[in-house]
Amino acid sequence: MTTETAATAGAAPALGDGGGEPVISVSGLTKRYGEVEAVRGIDFAVARGETFGFLGPNGAGKTTTIKILCTLANATSGTATVAGFDAAADRDAVRRNIGLVFQDTTLDTYLTAAQNLRFHAELYGVAKAAVEPRMRQVLDMVGLWDRKDSLVSTYSGGMQRRLEIARGLLHAPHVLFLDEPTVGLDPQTRSSIWAYINDLKRREDITIFLTTHYMDEAEHCDRIAIIDHGKIVAIDTPEALKASIGKDRVQIHTADDEAAIRALADAFGIEAAMHEGAVTFAVASGEQFVPRLFAELAIPIRSVSVSRPSLDDVFMSYTGSTIRDAEGGAGNEFMRNMHRLRTGRR
Amino acid sequence: MATQTTDPAVVADEGAVVDAIRVSVPQRGLGHDLRAVSIVWRRELIRFRGDRLRAITSLVQPFLFLFILGTGLSNLAGGSLPHSANFDFKTFIYPGVLAMSALFTAIFSAGSIVWDREFGFLREIMVAPVSRAAIVVGKCLGGATIATFQGVIFLALAWFAHVPYNPVLILSLIGMLLLLSFTLTAFGVMMAARIKQFQAFMALTQMLVMPLFFLSGALYPLNGLPAWLTVLTRIDPLTYVVGPMRHAVFSHLSLPAYVTHIINSRLAPGITWAGWPVPLWLSLGIVAVMGLAMMAVAIAEFNKTE
Repeated sequence: MTTETAATAGAAPALGDGGGEPVISVSGLTKRYGEVEAVRGIDFAVARGETFGFLGPNGAGKTTTIKILCTLANATSGTATVAGFDAAADRDAVRRNIGLVFQDTTLDTYLTAAQNLRFHAELYGVAKAAVEPRMRQVLDMVGLWDRKDSLVSTYSGGMQRRLEIARGLLHAPHVLFLDEPTVGLDPQTRSSIWAYINDLKRREDITIFLTTHYMDEAEHCDRIAIIDHGKIVAIDTPEALKASIGKDRVQIHTADDEAAIRALADAFGIEAAMHEGAVTFAVASGEQFVPRLFAELAIPIRSVSVSRPSLDDVFMSYTGSTIRDAEGGAGNEFMRNMHRLRTGRR
Repeated sequence: MATQTTDPAVVADEGAVVDAIRVSVPQRGLGHDLRAVSIVWRRELIRFRGDRLRAITSLVQPFLFLFILGTGLSNLAGGSLPHSANFDFKTFIYPGVLAMSALFTAIFSAGSIVWDREFGFLREIMVAPVSRAAIVVGKCLGGATIATFQGVIFLALAWFAHVPYNPVLILSLIGMLLLLSFTLTAFGVMMAARIKQFQAFMALTQMLVMPLFFLSGALYPLNGLPAWLTVLTRIDPLTYVVGPMRHAVFSHLSLPAYVTHIINSRLAPGITWAGWPVPLWLSLGIVAVMGLAMMAVAIAEFNKTE
């Protein structure tokens, strides 16, 4: 993709300094299951109203972190506060302020959608008079009002996920946790789920914390933390992360690709290679480089395309050792984060 | 719709798209916990109502015991039973089989916790801002209610065992069924708190349920047994419900005096501890205390966080 996602532009605060107390703040958090250290000392803060994403492969510690924040697991060491309350000491206060959508369904499929929501409302002690109108509102939001009296077992996977989102919002939480909100759904349903989430951000004053291993989903976040092997290796806006790689990807079709590759090496000192049938290379500020390319490259160019680094590139650069070694700038960023993590740990 | 709300924070603005209905989750209090108990209990009933197959299948086993085993063994036991038009082996085992009709439903209802855990719904409950006690209490009461209901269906068959539909008898039987069902559900919930796989839960409870039933004296009199079996029957909590149930049934039969005498001396002499007759209140008290203790263990178990 060559264009930037609109959702991520705009003012994204750096490390939870959006004025006032952060809604989520975590410091020195670790979690050990026997021999396995699932979370190995992480620190981050999420500002009010932010959409914050945890990006990482399966088993990186994303779900464990969410479980600790949601009071479902105790940290081995370190602290986590959510909505101003300690996630270990003040569980009920945290629970009152959060909504959850888990990776696997947590609906009672033998009940109707309305019965599931009513169960939730009673469990959360939602004022009786507010239950019906609020149910209508959240079901309308996810387009399931018409199906409210159907058994959940008759719902498709996408509908179930939408219902879970509606239920997570029923008690008007300040923070919504979404653990892999679109995993296992087809691309069309995934994009519709994101449409609901983006719509939600417009409507309600809510902070969203989500985990994902889909790069394109991370693009929806104001800021993302890349987590690998239980550690955060980078935190920033998707833009800044991509910029931290410092290079755009340029692809050109030429009359003689072999000669072009040689010429690029000789004239610009650029290492290019054939990729997807085109001469491909990485260069800082690609748009400014293109005019020079036309002026100075002797071989005729038939077409050119410049694309920003994708989060895939970012992810590779922060977690893949070969790329990390090759990229000087990213490596420095990595080392800074590592240092911060080490000092934040006990 | 409901635009005249008592809570000023609630704005049910139908037309506006942007306004969120303000909902606030209250601090935990008794009222909130009671709502939680009630909804967990109601969910149990809704699910039971939606599952007629389960209601029918759980009646099959007691039905088999009463009519097939009961009728067959009447033939064999005929000689040792008093001759009367209003009494046979079916009458003798009816109270025990009635207890059995609640047994499976109660355990199975508790087992749905394991099911809920496997299918995720338990998480929805565990992250709610309510006390774990409210959840466990709601679950125990829910299981007790539907198991009692199952017993009541079986009560309707009393006539086939020559047991009269006497209101006092019916009510006292329902009361004892409720107590038994509560304790059994509490037992099941306690087990379900620790066991993570449904198969394992079913296997374990099956393994425990049949001995509980066989040792309760549901199918034979408790007197004149070998010492080892006497001890085992006195350990089985089910004994302390089956005994009083049988006593209640037998005291409402209209039988000739000599038959009553045989019954009281040989067939239903009541529960004794080394010759000391255990009074009714103690019998039922034991069951109630066990139920409450197991529920307390279950609550403690659910209060743990990984």
